[in-house]
Amino acid sequence: MNSDEPLLPSSQGPHTRVASSSCLRANSSSSSANLDDALCDIDLRVADRVSVGDRDTSNSFDHSKQQFNSAESHFFRQFLLECPAPKGRRLVSWGTMELQHEYKSSAFEISRAPSRVQEKLNKSQRLRHRSGQLDDNRLNQLNPRLIYVDDPRKTNDKFEFTGNEIRTSKYTLITFLPKNLFIQFHRVAYLYFLAIVCLNQLPPLAVFGRTVSLFPLLFVLCVTAIKDGYEDWRRHRSDRNENNREALVLQAGQFRMKKWKKIRVGEVVKILADETIPCDVVLLGTSDPSGLAYIQTMNLDGESNLKTRFARQETAATVSEGGIILGLIRCEQPNRNIYEFTANMEFKGQRFSLSQSNIILRGCQLKNTDWVIGVVVYAGQETKAMLNSAASPSKRSRLESYMNRETLWLSVFLFVMCAVVALGMGLWLQRHHDELDILPYYRKRYFTRGEDNGKPFKYYGIPMETFFSFLSSIIVFQIMIPISLYITMEVVRLGQSYFMIEDRHLYDSLSGSRFQCRSLNINEDLGQIRYIFSDKTGTLTENKMEFRRASVFGKNYGASLTAADPSQDVKLSGTAGRKRWKLKSETAVDSELMEILHKTLDGDERITAHEFFLTLAACNTVIPMLNISPPSGNELSEGVEAIEYQGESPDELALVSTASAYGYTLCERTSGHIVIDVNGEKLRLDVLGLHEFDSVRKRMSVVIKFPNGSVKVLVKGADTSILSILDEDTIRGNHLKCATQGHLKEYSSEGLRTLVVAARDLSDAELEEWQSRYEDASTSLTDRATKLRQTAALIECNLNLLGATAIEDKLQEGVPETIESLRQAGIKVWVLTGDKQETAISIGLSCKLLTTDMQQIIINGNSEEQCRSLLANAKARYGVKGANRKSPNFERKMSADTNYCEIPDDANVSYMPRRHLQKEEAPTCSSLALIIDGNSLLFDLATSCRVVICCRVAPLQKAGIVDLIKSRTDDMTLAIGDGANDVSMIQMADVGVGICGQEGRQAVMASDFAMGQFRFLKKLLLVHGHWNYQRVGYLVLYNFYRNAVFVLMLFILCAAFSTTSALTDWSSVFYAVIYTSVPTIFVGILDKDLSHRTLLQYPKLYGAGHRQESYNLHLFWITMIDTLWQSLVLFYIPVYIYKESTIDIWSMGSLWTIAVVILVNVHLAMDIHRWVFMTHAAVWGSIVITYACMVVLDSIPVFPNYWTIYHLALSPTYWLTICLIIIVALLPRFLLKAVQQTFWPSDIQIAREAEILRERPDYLGLRADQGSG
Amino acid sequence: MSFKGGTSSEGSTDSAATKKSSKKPKYSKFTQQELPACKPILTPGWVITTFIAVGIVFIPIGLASLFASEHVVEIVHRYDEDCVPSDYSDNALAYIQSTETNKTCKRSITVPKQMKSPVYIYYELDNFYQNHRRYVKSRSDKQLRSKASESDTKDCDPEAVSKNGPIVPCGLIAWSLFNDTYRFSVNNSILEVSKKEIAWKSDQQYKFGSDVYPKNFQSEGLIGGAKLNESIPLSEQVDLIVWMRTAALPTFRKLYGKIEVDLEANDEISVVIQNNYNTYSFDGKKKLVLSTTSWIGGKNDFLGVAYLTVGGLCLFLAISFMLIYVFKPR
Repeated sequence: MNSDEPLLPSSQGPHTRVASSSCLRANSSSSSANLDDALCDIDLRVADRVSVGDRDTSNSFDHSKQQFNSAESHFFRQFLLECPAPKGRRLVSWGTMELQHEYKSSAFEISRAPSRVQEKLNKSQRLRHRSGQLDDNRLNQLNPRLIYVDDPRKTNDKFEFTGNEIRTSKYTLITFLPKNLFIQFHRVAYLYFLAIVCLNQLPPLAVFGRTVSLFPLLFVLCVTAIKDGYEDWRRHRSDRNENNREALVLQAGQFRMKKWKKIRVGEVVKILADETIPCDVVLLGTSDPSGLAYIQTMNLDGESNLKTRFARQETAATVSEGGIILGLIRCEQPNRNIYEFTANMEFKGQRFSLSQSNIILRGCQLKNTDWVIGVVVYAGQETKAMLNSAASPSKRSRLESYMNRETLWLSVFLFVMCAVVALGMGLWLQRHHDELDILPYYRKRYFTRGEDNGKPFKYYGIPMETFFSFLSSIIVFQIMIPISLYITMEVVRLGQSYFMIEDRHLYDSLSGSRFQCRSLNINEDLGQIRYIFSDKTGTLTENKMEFRRASVFGKNYGASLTAADPSQDVKLSGTAGRKRWKLKSETAVDSELMEILHKTLDGDERITAHEFFLTLAACNTVIPMLNISPPSGNELSEGVEAIEYQGESPDELALVSTASAYGYTLCERTSGHIVIDVNGEKLRLDVLGLHEFDSVRKRMSVVIKFPNGSVKVLVKGADTSILSILDEDTIRGNHLKCATQGHLKEYSSEGLRTLVVAARDLSDAELEEWQSRYEDASTSLTDRATKLRQTAALIECNLNLLGATAIEDKLQEGVPETIESLRQAGIKVWVLTGDKQETAISIGLSCKLLTTDMQQIIINGNSEEQCRSLLANAKARYGVKGANRKSPNFERKMSADTNYCEIPDDANVSYMPRRHLQKEEAPTCSSLALIIDGNSLLFDLATSCRVVICCRVAPLQKAGIVDLIKSRTDDMTLAIGDGANDVSMIQMADVGVGICGQEGRQAVMASDFAMGQFRFLKKLLLVHGHWNYQRVGYLVLYNFYRNAVFVLMLFILCAAFSTTSALTDWSSVFYAVIYTSVPTIFVGILDKDLSHRTLLQYPKLYGAGHRQESYNLHLFWITMIDTLWQSLVLFYIPVYIYKESTIDIWSMGSLWTIAVVILVNVHLAMDIHRWVFMTHAAVWGSIVITYACMVVLDSIPVFPNYWTIYHLALSPTYWLTICLIIIVALLPRFLLKAVQQTFWPSDIQIAREAEILRERPDYLGLRADQGSG
Repeated sequence: MSFKGGTSSEGSTDSAATKKSSKKPKYSKFTQQELPACKPILTPGWVITTFIAVGIVFIPIGLASLFASEHVVEIVHRYDEDCVPSDYSDNALAYIQSTETNKTCKRSITVPKQMKSPVYIYYELDNFYQNHRRYVKSRSDKQLRSKASESDTKDCDPEAVSKNGPIVPCGLIAWSLFNDTYRFSVNNSILEVSKKEIAWKSDQQYKFGSDVYPKNFQSEGLIGGAKLNESIPLSEQVDLIVWMRTAALPTFRKLYGKIEVDLEANDEISVVIQNNYNTYSFDGKKKLVLSTTSWIGGKNDFLGVAYLTVGGLCLFLAISFMLIYVFKPR
């Protein structure tokens, strides 16, 4: 097969891509990194400029920036022309997906979305900046932190560094009250409360008793303050414990114990094995002569594997000789990036670099090392661990933002009502103006003979009285704005989270991780997810790598791989007579390949195989841990040393264990050398340099010096990155490359992850040049990464291809079923992966994301034009609506036969054109229009597909795709991922879910919810999401109703518009707090419309959330009309019954209180789907409690309402009135419910009936067959 | 409401499956949200049953209360206009405010049906906003209760203090105490008006102190209404106690007294009214009401009619649902 053949899009894609990016690197090397990350908008780039900010390379970049700015203004001009009224259309678009294209004109799409994308990305970009290391670098350059080793006084002569005392507590005894109150009043709700209370303190407005009105606010404030105080006290305690721990510190030439809080920057500390590191320490020496130390970073990032840290050879030697180290460390200012540290050290006239591998951070633990000695560089609050203890940005749920809209409506009502009352008051005063003096119930003037005679009494003229009346009616009607709702919702969400955490089906027994709710604000969003963006590796797959196939010297091995056969293994090793290393995981070996390895070192094939495995064993960052097990009776393990590999990348671990299985066992690694056991023969290799893996190069290389003096570069990396830098001169090389490419394609079509392995000899000249550059780069303080990358490019060229490996990443359990269910639920699953197209498709097929009956659209263009035409073709072919065509039939047909779209290989349309722009000198309007057009094309096509797989996407591109959907539709998005590369996506999406997987915990830290396995998503969304959505939706509506019914009733009562409240002050206050709050909380936490079995069985029921069935404007208005009816009934029935009677105002108030409490509770009872004993207790209990409170309140003689309830309870009319109120008020609602459920049952209703009737088949014996919903 | 009893005990299939890890949530029906529950659903059967049940309960109650209401005999007699002499008819206000005019007014009422004792005497005021915020709050319950808090008059302005000290009872409510009086006679024999038990016992015992005597009441400035006998403690001032239970609605009745003898049909009752109270300034009506009671209180057709209507409506709905269910089952 010839590589020129354009048969394989993938083999061609990388070429162009790499070519273009390297061409960019030529003129602006630092921006090339950004370019790869860059996404679908112009502005992002402008923002990036700041972060790149590299003076010597930014010239060309600034130039291009100007172009972008001008282009942007062009664009906006155009936008104004094209889009006169974009707002209106947006509202329509949250209908069903299938129809939404009809409502959107392309002009609208062109205009609105990009600007929004810009905004969003700018924001995220800014966020990144705050923690970005690039800024810090520059800062550091200007103002490095100087640390004199073992001389804390000189180090801190300006007293600018903090001590090691930490304070996580927020308050002290003195600051507690003001600070806590200040923080609490950040909530708008509390301010509203406070304003009302203040209004009520004014004499003309005192509607409620002054103390009574303070009660609710004080109560809430006190509860919160006590909670905060307790938490803070606990923090104080743990801080004290932490600060009083002791560590060995060098004092006057000897290591003595010293309390942690007294440790200062610049001091030398000694840490023993298994101790916790007290502060950020630069290693000077360790018990290991080579300066190696192992640490566990569990507390910092949650990764349980050991990591290596090194002391620099220069200092380590001195330390081990017992010498005293005096030197100067220049390091960057404290920052929160735990994965980076740049510094250098002057020691004995030498100057050498310090990097992240030389520092151990506070909170880590020392393992497997007897002791380390280091110098404190950051202490206390300035340690990276402390700087990192900030929460991720909070999100707000969709439902809550809708709720705020409705709250605004309620405020309008409130305002109108108050205005009506004020107006009425004004008119009434006007009409009775002459009588006001003598009206027995008004009396605006004093008629005493004393000094007050003739003075007005609480009367300020009609306009002022009207105004006061307005204010006091605000006080009376304040409850209309359901302040308590916010508190209720928090409690309810807490309860819901509790049940999610406690759900045994969401517990991952493999990793032992429970479900975590990291964000308490968005539980109900889980019930409305329309798009899921999933990472592939570690999310869909297990990220437990197994070595499957290898291609060595153009030959394919492992096709007939037998499962690890111990007998064969033993036989082989027996014949070789070599020492066996016992590994934790056994790897199956290919006997054919094994045989080759046991030939003599002779011939190309043999040498290639040798180097191949050498590279696998050497070119990595895996740490071998030897555990010499005592010889047991087992003959197999006799003299066997168990070896355990610790590494950050599971791929590398798999490769190293494979190499070991083939006889190349990595058994020692220090910073300077590695030891490889080659079939029993120990080979010590000096490591001259190591270029770690990064996402730009996509490869890692190691420079090795053999005992015989020859030097080799061993490289492994992604095929795209390596195949382009091969030595292609020789025929042999070409042939090899073709064969390997063939194998690679085969592997990836099986869904395997591939890596290409290559090596080359280094000549002395090359070595020298590289060494000097390497030294320079690795000690530089600024842009070390970039310089290292340039250095790496020096030697990573003209490589000899050795072969390729294929690692299987197994699908997680239950993934296909989960995806199937999610799809049935109407959720669109998009997979965003960095893998190759073939891999992605095969994984897609194996996890049932793709099925054979789907029509596949593959967009795989290398240029903007190509992408555009491909997209346009696909659109035309499948009839996706772009502009103005409207044909619902067609549309439906399209959605019936599911198709999917594939956007592989940087064909992210939005990205391509920009690259063009970058090259063009003068971008024109038309080309800009193309970008946007391309974007909307992509959007149209992608949203009409059930499944979208995007390949080769960079982390920021992932976020860009999420944002594309988020900003253009009103649909909820969920991003799920496990790695650091998913963080941006997780933060961008409405709901971010982290998988506690193998790749560390950054994703979990950034997520809103975290869980162990992908398959839990099914239960999380379909069951908990559904429940939460139903519950919270109902809760909000009910709370609106509950408060409004109370207010409207009072409203009508206005006695001559004087805002009298018939209810006692305490009853008004207790109403929302005690009388009616508990049942709503219980129902919000416990109610279930359907059992989880039904929900899992019929995923379509999830559509209720998509259709916003539980909470929408329509429901809100219906509820409000119902509320109005109920409050009218509540008011008028007692009024008519007690018309012309002797009833007094407090009896009436008592009647109303009881009636309204019973009414809202019965109303709630009518809507409860599921009665458990707690619901019973809460609902009926609160009626009982209300009565109890009334009895207590009416038994206090100082209240005018004394003894009222006893009198009322004796009269049958009272009971009959309450009964009548309840029935009449609820009759319309009940009727509506009955009619709706009988004649227009919803899916949920049908499923519910089916579920309940199935449980009791004897019941009526009828409609059991209706549950096919 | 229809609750269908039925518990779902969802089995604990895997409760014992894995207990190796302590982190695994413990199984309980509560945490797994599988508590036994009653799940009501609205089947047509239950809807119909509910409607019928409401109808069956409501219609008899409605009938009973209508019946009771029918048995109540009530005489309402408005006298405020008729008791103004014809020469003052254009200027009723001057008549009522003048201290010289004769306020006595004789009216006669015919008893339509036999009225069994006790016959309650009420006065009814109209357009009098006893529920006005300024009015309702203008009282001091502490002062009413005990002598010790006599000077506790902070809410009582503008009737809080006189030049001789605090007014007891203070406030607008007490100040505007109703002061019309009625004397009844049938066939020239005087009908005793009993004031026993017209006020709540609880009020007399605990709210109005037996050691609190009226003081400085209606002594200066504008006179609002009745004066109180300063030798009788507040707890015995039943008219005041009744008046101080401010009414809920602008049209209200207050109990004036009881007649403890039966009144026969067609008896002519002559009433001598002292027409003192000024309702003319705000167009209030004054009515004298004589009424018997039943178990639902006074004459009140609304309750019965409402119950009958709702019950009938429910039955009608039940029938409609049944018809729909028969002709167009789901």
